[in-house]
Amino acid sequence: MIMLSWPYHTLACFLFLLMMGCESSDRMQNSAKLVITGSSTLAPLVADIGKRFESIHTGVRIDVQTGGSSRGLADVRQGLADIGMMSRPLHATEQDVMSRPIARDGISMIVHQSNPVQALRNEQIIKLYTGKIHNWKEVGGEDAPITVINKAEGRGTLLLFLTYFQLQNIHIRAHVVVGDNEQGIKTVAGNPHSIAYVSIGTAEFDANHGVPIKLLPIRDIPASLDNLQNGTFPLSRSLLFVTNFTSTTLAKDFINFVQSAAVYDLIAQHYFVPISS
Amino acid sequence: MILLPNITLSPSRVDQLLVWILQGLAAFAGILVLLIVGFLMLEAFPAVRQIGFLSFFSDASWHPVEGFYNVMAMVWGSLLAMLGAVLLATPLGICSAVFCHFYAPTWFVEPYRKLIELLAGIPSVVYGLWGLVVLVPLIGQLHPPGPSLLAGISILTIMILPTIALMADASLAKVPSVYLRGAIALGLSRWTTIRCIIIPAATSGLSTGIILGIGRAIGETMAMLMVCGNVVQVPTNLFDPMRTLTANIALEMAYAVEDHRAALFFTGFLLLGVVIVMVLAVDYIKQRHTYA
Amino acid sequence: MHKSFGSNTDWVACLLMWGIGSVILGIFSLVVGDVVWHGLAGVSWEFLSTAPRDAGRAGGIIPILISTGLLLSICLVVAIPIGLGAAIFLAECTSEHHAFGRVVRISLDVLTAVPSIVFGLFGYAFFSHMLGMGFSLVSGGLTLACMVLPILIRATEEGFRTVPNEYRLGAAALGLSRMTTLMTLLLPAAMPGLMVGVILGTGRAMAETAALIYTSGYVDRMPESLMDSGRALSLHIFDLSMNVPGGNANAYASAVVLIGLLLVMNTLASWVAGHWLKRRMFWA
Repeated sequence: MIMLSWPYHTLACFLFLLMMGCESSDRMQNSAKLVITGSSTLAPLVADIGKRFESIHTGVRIDVQTGGSSRGLADVRQGLADIGMMSRPLHATEQDVMSRPIARDGISMIVHQSNPVQALRNEQIIKLYTGKIHNWKEVGGEDAPITVINKAEGRGTLLLFLTYFQLQNIHIRAHVVVGDNEQGIKTVAGNPHSIAYVSIGTAEFDANHGVPIKLLPIRDIPASLDNLQNGTFPLSRSLLFVTNFTSTTLAKDFINFVQSAAVYDLIAQHYFVPISS
Repeated sequence: MILLPNITLSPSRVDQLLVWILQGLAAFAGILVLLIVGFLMLEAFPAVRQIGFLSFFSDASWHPVEGFYNVMAMVWGSLLAMLGAVLLATPLGICSAVFCHFYAPTWFVEPYRKLIELLAGIPSVVYGLWGLVVLVPLIGQLHPPGPSLLAGISILTIMILPTIALMADASLAKVPSVYLRGAIALGLSRWTTIRCIIIPAATSGLSTGIILGIGRAIGETMAMLMVCGNVVQVPTNLFDPMRTLTANIALEMAYAVEDHRAALFFTGFLLLGVVIVMVLAVDYIKQRHTYA
Repeated sequence: MHKSFGSNTDWVACLLMWGIGSVILGIFSLVVGDVVWHGLAGVSWEFLSTAPRDAGRAGGIIPILISTGLLLSICLVVAIPIGLGAAIFLAECTSEHHAFGRVVRISLDVLTAVPSIVFGLFGYAFFSHMLGMGFSLVSGGLTLACMVLPILIRATEEGFRTVPNEYRLGAAALGLSRMTTLMTLLLPAAMPGLMVGVILGTGRAMAETAALIYTSGYVDRMPESLMDSGRALSLHIFDLSMNVPGGNANAYASAVVLIGLLLVMNTLASWVAGHWLKRRMFWA
């Protein structure tokens, strides 16, 4: 009969785990815990801000989860999360939640460091991305085919790029489609004849730390966090927190904390730009 | 086979209980499949209703935000990458096991096996990272842009090789030594013994290894997303970028809403369909080729 | 004439096998060598024993190691008994052509190909949401268990299938109960299969990223209970390499730690199996 205990153990374990699950979900509602889910772009920043918030307010726990902007929105709607993080603007059909900007970010065109091209005009970028220019020679570079790198459908950076250059995704002829910013940067770093657009903060950090990429100016305005902060760089977006209209005091406190000057250093550390008041 | 009901003439109560419990556990595994299929169906249903089943195969392209939902290019992408990888990894994996058992010197076998076990556990993101940073630029120098079907097949082959090799290794170890001694007594050469006696005797284990390999290859997500280029097109040669069904889900799920999201779940559902066809095909071939 | 032809192909085959062996060895050294080359410098006692700072760019990985260990334990504690039971059922209670057995087997094969992100979304909807486990180590561990189960069952079943039938006949002739036959004869004999399953399964679980983003989550704090959210090592590697600019160095260092962990666990698994085998089985 001792032998029989194997399957019983399983069952017991399983039930035990289930019970623990149910019990703690009751407990969760009473303790001061804030669940924040959503955009992976924002997650590292918000996790760091959360740690600082926890160190000021004892007994409070901030749990940050990633999974993308639409998960943030869905979790807030379903009540699984108190706050959602979004790196894209809300669509017209998504006005059932409240949004608050917490930081700003911009996108920059990047090419390989060895590329002799120093700047591209907006029309050239449009032609490049719609497959009307195939060779770097045509825009003053070497005689080499261009590898056009685009972002995946639905991404915040893609939407911003399309809106600014008044393009439609159907007309873009890409050779590579990437997801995260770092994937774009690593692809450009590995292919000397490619062009991509990524988040400025990420690009500036990597370019300053020895990754062989170069940021191109837009309309002669150099792509940098400084130009983003003083408002001269045209390609910028807001990063958002979304909540239900009836959010808890803790959630409100946290949002106010994130928007306050107390976290400007953290925002700068993560290569974003604070929302100036 | 000891617990087949028809050979159990006088079952003890413990034995009967045992059979019931085991059956329950097996059923649990089956229920899990139903749960997941059900979950996918539930999530994909709005897409089929709103967009229409045929749109997934007859639309002009895959641009879900603009309302085009053709997934066929990605089905081909998944199939080509998987087939390429399985065709490469199967002989390599089986040969690796044969090498381990019949050719390698004894002191070499244990470390070699350890290395393969290790390869089985390296996260796909590490393979993907290696592919993105080392392999893709190499292919790019050969033929731009670099991220391509070839890169996908290479990375997949490396990823499923350990699975096939380990399963083959375990099943070769189980071939009764009587067979081997018989072959030696008949004066058969080493290669003939392996080809005509050992491999056929281990078919069942080898095919399980291949099935697990197919599963892993077609289900692989992160590494594919990083090295394949993700352009939605049917690749015409090895250097063309392409997108697999799995990469499609991982790439777009983070930002997808409503119909687009449901369409991604339909992609997952389609993937299961492709897998079922593959598994049934292997099962059929296996049924025809086992004599036991 | 015949003989010389035979020895000729034999020689070619020998060369081929050695060639393939070295190719595989070469690939292995390329991938692992690259990771170790980039990461070994970053591994230190401090890295292993402190918490991550600055989104993982600085500091160590101790909470992540603990979370990974807990996730893996939950996964294996749940998956091994269920997997073993189901494998015994498939191999010993059904014949190769039995309808129920075939359905279960084919379903399991299909399950191996379900992409991990689908498991993640399933775990998110089922464990985290429906069963109310929230984003926690438990819901992550159970999701992993679902993922590992098919690999475990199929490999273990294969282990049982390859046990020679004489064992069963001999046991029946001795009048042993099925239970005794199973526990003292078949299980030890099928141990290599189970071990392959456990090693493949552990590897898959340790390597998992996408399924855990949605279930056990991203929190890199030291977990206080199984209901806490905790970040797995492979997710940490993914986040550092793809999401955090400047995270590469620590991503490689974490990968080296992961490889080290796998090495230790695989060795441990084979040692336990070997030990158990010696204790249980009497070689004639």
